[in-house]
Amino acid sequence: MNKQGAASKYADLIHSDGVAGSLYNDPDVFQEELKKIWYTTWVYVGHESEVPNTHDFVMKSIGLEPIIMTRGKDGEINLLVNTCTHRGNKLCTKPKGNARSFTCPYHSWTFASDGRLLGQAYPDGFKNVDKADLALGRVPRVASYGGFVFGSFAEEGPSLEEHLGGAKETIDRLLANSPSGEIEVTTGYLKHKVKGNWKLLVENETDGYHPGFVHASVFMVSDSRINELYGDKSTSLSRDYGNGHTEIDLRPEFRKRGEELSWFNTNKERLPEYVEQMKAAYGDEKARQIMIDGTPHVMIFPNLFIAEIQLFVIEPISVSETVQHVTAIQFKGSPDINRRLRQQTMGSVGPAGFLLADDSVMYERTHQGLKTRTGYRTYTGRGNHRERLDEDGYLVGDSTDDLPSRGIWKHYKSLMEAGK
Amino acid sequence: MSLAEINYSLLREVEQFLYLEARLADENRYRDWEALWADDGIYWVPANSGDIDPELEMSIIYDNRSRISVRVNQFLSGKRFAAQPEIQVRRVVSNVELLQDAGEEVRVGSNAIYFVSGETDDEMWGSRNEFTLRRVDGEFRIVRKNVVLVNAAKALPNLAFLI
Repeated sequence: MNKQGAASKYADLIHSDGVAGSLYNDPDVFQEELKKIWYTTWVYVGHESEVPNTHDFVMKSIGLEPIIMTRGKDGEINLLVNTCTHRGNKLCTKPKGNARSFTCPYHSWTFASDGRLLGQAYPDGFKNVDKADLALGRVPRVASYGGFVFGSFAEEGPSLEEHLGGAKETIDRLLANSPSGEIEVTTGYLKHKVKGNWKLLVENETDGYHPGFVHASVFMVSDSRINELYGDKSTSLSRDYGNGHTEIDLRPEFRKRGEELSWFNTNKERLPEYVEQMKAAYGDEKARQIMIDGTPHVMIFPNLFIAEIQLFVIEPISVSETVQHVTAIQFKGSPDINRRLRQQTMGSVGPAGFLLADDSVMYERTHQGLKTRTGYRTYTGRGNHRERLDEDGYLVGDSTDDLPSRGIWKHYKSLMEAGK
Repeated sequence: MSLAEINYSLLREVEQFLYLEARLADENRYRDWEALWADDGIYWVPANSGDIDPELEMSIIYDNRSRISVRVNQFLSGKRFAAQPEIQVRRVVSNVELLQDAGEEVRVGSNAIYFVSGETDDEMWGSRNEFTLRRVDGEFRIVRKNVVLVNAAKALPNLAFLI
C-alpha cells in the first residue's frame, strides 16, 4: 500500500470523536503498530535503579522484542536484544542478576554485558570472522530522563526530551515528591495478564470518567476519597501534552483541600520522618506545596503509566493480549513512606487488586464488544465543547472528559500514517 | 516431624478444618470464610516466588486482618465486577502434612488444585499452601495462610475468587 493509501485507511478509521473497533482487534493493524510505534518511537524499558551496579542485568522488552537491560563495565546502560546471534536461541533466561557475560546454552557462544561477542566454542572453526559483526543486536538509541530509561529502534528521530515534551514536567513533579529527588524500582513486579488490546489500557489510564463507576465498590468498603476527584463536580483536569502523552491533573482538588499528603489519603502525623526529610530538602513552604500537590497521574505513550504511587509498564503480547507489569514507586532513602507505597500498591493493583481486577474485566469485555462485525465505532466526544488551552498552551478538559483518548488517537494516527 | 510422632487425631481434625475452609471459599460464603480468621491473621499470596520478603516486595495478596475484611466486603458490595457473574470454583486439597505442632499453634502444609469457571474461560490453578492455625475457645482460627502459586513467576489473569 502506498503512503497515500495508508493515510486514507487511518483517516477512515480514526475520527475526532471515535474510532473503528477493528483498530483493537485486526492482527494486521497490530503488525503495523509494531513497526510504526513499538519499533520506531521511544518506548519505556526500565529504571536505572533496576541495574544499580556494574554488570547488573534485568530482562525487559520492547514490543515483542526481548531485551536485556545491562549496566556495562563503563557504567553505561545497554539495551541488548536477548537473542543469540548464532542461531537465534534465547540467550539470558534469568529475570535479573549480575553477570560479566552471558553464555548461550545452545552452542556456548559468550557475550559481554555490553553485547560484544567474547568467545565461540571450538574457535578453530571460525576463519575470517569479525566478532564485531556478531555482537548482540542493540537498541540504537538509549536515553533516560529522571532515571527512566527509554529505547528507540529508530536510528534517527526526535530526541527523548523532544518526545516527552510537556510530559517531562510530570516526571519532575514525581521526583520532587522524593526528599532525595530520586525514585527507585526495587520491589519486584506484579505481572497481570488481560485478554484485551494494549490500547484499551493506554486509554483507560487517563480515563477519568470510569473510576466513579468501575471502582464504586472501593468507595463503598474503604475510606478512599477518590470519588471526589473523578466526579462530575471535580475541578481536576484532563490534559493532552501532545505526542500521545496524557494526564489527569488532580492538583486543583488537592489544593482545595490544602492538606499535606491528602493526595496519598494520609496526613503529616502518620509519616513524620518523610515530612521532616521533605522540609530539610526543600524548606517548609516549598515542601508544603509539593506535599499538597502530590505525584502525577500520567500516561507516557505508549507504555509507561505513572499512577501516583506505582508504575505500570504495558507490554503488548498480541493484538488481543496484554501484560501490565506493576511495581510500587519508592522514594530513595524514605522508608516510612515507602512502606505505605508498597502496601497501598499491593492492595490496589495486580490480579487480585481492589482496583485493577475490575479494570481488567472491563478491558476483556470491551475487547469482546469491539469485535462485532457491524462496523462498530467508539464514541470519544465527551467534553469536546469545553476543551480549552491552559497557561502553557496544552489542551485541557474536565477530568471526566474523553480528551485524553482524543489526544492518544490523534498521535496514533500521525504515527500510523507516517513511515513506510 | 517423623511418621512415628504424628498425632493422627490432630491430623484428622486439621484436615477437617482445611476442607471446611476450602468449601466455604469454593461456595463464595464470604462471611463464613472470614469468620475462620484470627484477629491477627495474615493472608499471603506472593508474586514471583515463595522466597520473596512480603515486607519489601510485591505480593498478589498480602492482607492483614482489616484488609481481609475489606476484601470480603468488596466481594459482598455487589460491585466487584471482576467476580460477576459469580465465579464457580471447586478445589481439591490434598497431601496434608502436619509440619509443626507447637501446642497452641499448629502449622500444616497441603497442595491444592482449583478448577475455576469464570465469565468466559475455565482455568486451572495450583498451589502449595501453608496454614498456621491457633485454637481459640476450642476452635481453630487461621493465623497465617500462605498460598504459593505454581505459576507465581508468570503473568497471571485476574484472581477474583478466594484462593
